Amino acid sequence: MTFEVVKPGLLTTIQDLGRPGYFHLGIPEGGAMDRAAMRIANMLVGNPEDAAGLEAVFIGPELTFNDDTLVAVCGAEMPILVDGEARDGWSSFMVKAGQTLKFGFLKTGARIYIAFAGGIDTPPALGSRATYPIGALGGFEGRALAAGDVVPVGAATSNAKERTLDKSLLAELPKPAELRVLPGLYWHRLTEASQDQFFADEWKVAPEADRMGYRFRGGNPMEFVEREQPFGAGSDPSNIVDGCYSYGSIQVPGGTEPIVLHRDAVSGGGYFTIGAIISADMDLIGQLQPNTPVRFVRVDMDKALTARQERKDRLQKIRKSLS
Amino acid sequence: MKTRYSYGGDEHIFVEMDEEMSLDAFFKSLAMNNAAREANIEGVREICPANASFQVRYDPEVIAPDAMMAKLKELEKKAENAEKRLETRIIEVPVFYQDPWTHDCVMRFRERHQDPSGTDLDYAARINGYDSVESFIEAHHSAPWFVSMVGFVSGLPFLYQLVERDKQIEVPKYLKPRTDTPKQTVGYGGCFSCIYSVRGAGGYQMFGITPLTIFDADQKVSYLKDFMVFFKPGDIVKWKPIDRAEYDRILKAVEDGTYQPRIAKVTFDLEEFNGDMEGTNAKLMEALNDV
Repeated sequence: MTFEVVKPGLLTTIQDLGRPGYFHLGIPEGGAMDRAAMRIANMLVGNPEDAAGLEAVFIGPELTFNDDTLVAVCGAEMPILVDGEARDGWSSFMVKAGQTLKFGFLKTGARIYIAFAGGIDTPPALGSRATYPIGALGGFEGRALAAGDVVPVGAATSNAKERTLDKSLLAELPKPAELRVLPGLYWHRLTEASQDQFFADEWKVAPEADRMGYRFRGGNPMEFVEREQPFGAGSDPSNIVDGCYSYGSIQVPGGTEPIVLHRDAVSGGGYFTIGAIISADMDLIGQLQPNTPVRFVRVDMDKALTARQERKDRLQKIRKSLS
Repeated sequence: MKTRYSYGGDEHIFVEMDEEMSLDAFFKSLAMNNAAREANIEGVREICPANASFQVRYDPEVIAPDAMMAKLKELEKKAENAEKRLETRIIEVPVFYQDPWTHDCVMRFRERHQDPSGTDLDYAARINGYDSVESFIEAHHSAPWFVSMVGFVSGLPFLYQLVERDKQIEVPKYLKPRTDTPKQTVGYGGCFSCIYSVRGAGGYQMFGITPLTIFDADQKVSYLKDFMVFFKPGDIVKWKPIDRAEYDRILKAVEDGTYQPRIAKVTFDLEEFNGDMEGTNAKLMEALNDV
């Protein structure tokens, strides 16, 4: 089974739940930025949750199907059209051989996830089909999809049938968006006033926001605790001896614009980090459009773990409702 | 040295051996990293070593953050007594200094540099007290280097110069990172040299380029058939200056699959090195003569 890419959209890549195990060599885990949306799209078409699908940012692709395929689209809100007829998000529907799936203008969110019954069947690289374009690894020839690409899809499971998600099971998102932060790493490099200011300020998603990292602007420049720079770090107060970075960690080059490292994170570098976004809020980042107002909210480890558990329980409820 | 432990969100613990870079900090980090690996702690998903720090990623549902932290602190005592000795390899890496491609990139991003009036090499030579670019280049390639970290992107090595601290080259990173760097650029930031494994963004000063592919996702390059990443922490590197003709020849040989990098097995002992740097370096480099 295959589908053909008529138009690729802005940046559409094959993603799954990623390839852990190679971060120590600078190869990030990668995979869907909004993991829950990718998982639910797979559940809706009867796939294992780690099956590969498509992630499209801001603009949906146009795809023509060569075989009858059960499809589901989750994540951002974007009109879904099969040969011009509307279909619902967060539900699975058949696209017949010869039909075309395309999308209208983005309404809310940033990224859609398209699952295909049977999952995309390109050759895995280091245990995953996730596309890592910087290393030309995985996905379709290591790159984003282009017009004319013919993408293979595996055999559907016996569990591939039309389903609809009860959307009340999804998390409600606070407005303005809130990203919860566990302070740490090089947090002590900031003065106490600057630490408080970071949480008091309203930030906005900058245009430089991608799978590697999300940049924010609009807050006050940060103030550093004075010190003599350690040997090997570099002369700027935001420089450190190049160290490892955590997924979700917040680096602030020059102390001006925070960058949250995401699924295609660089594994290390020479800028200080002030803590990390908690794991429960990583998916949300993948749905933030540029210019979205965002507040960072300080939490402790207990709150981070409670939020993690709540996210897990919510997914488990969804899993049950769709099984 | 004072070890510092910190949580990185709810899935990571970051351990810094020292704020400043030294081989002592590297060896302690390596020993803790190895001890953590050998301890086979349930719930640990990845362990990443860096220059003077390392990081553990774990699943907090399997092991609670405070329990994970306690286990790592226990390992520190063990690591302090570990031997600072490595069975490793020395690799000769050809470098075409002042090549046209990095020079073009140097000029394109001039406004992001501390000194827009010259090149990165002019600037680095001057602030490190060399009277000419040539003598600076000679200092860059005359002593061997130690790979103290692999990361950033796709197998990029960070290299630490094996000379006394007052002779180590130090340069700042670009004022504002570049959006482009040629693949296989030999760069410099802080006290580290590096090789950009792939084309992309970067903030290190640019000195030259190597014809050696050091990352190949398709594993078509003859010496990357076993694994797509060439370098490992602990590797020792000797830069070899080459000209354009030699660069073109090696580049073609790598593409044809006939190139074999010069590599020799060596032992690196930190105490021996600290006791006699020149003697240890001479011995390390001699090993390449037999290849």
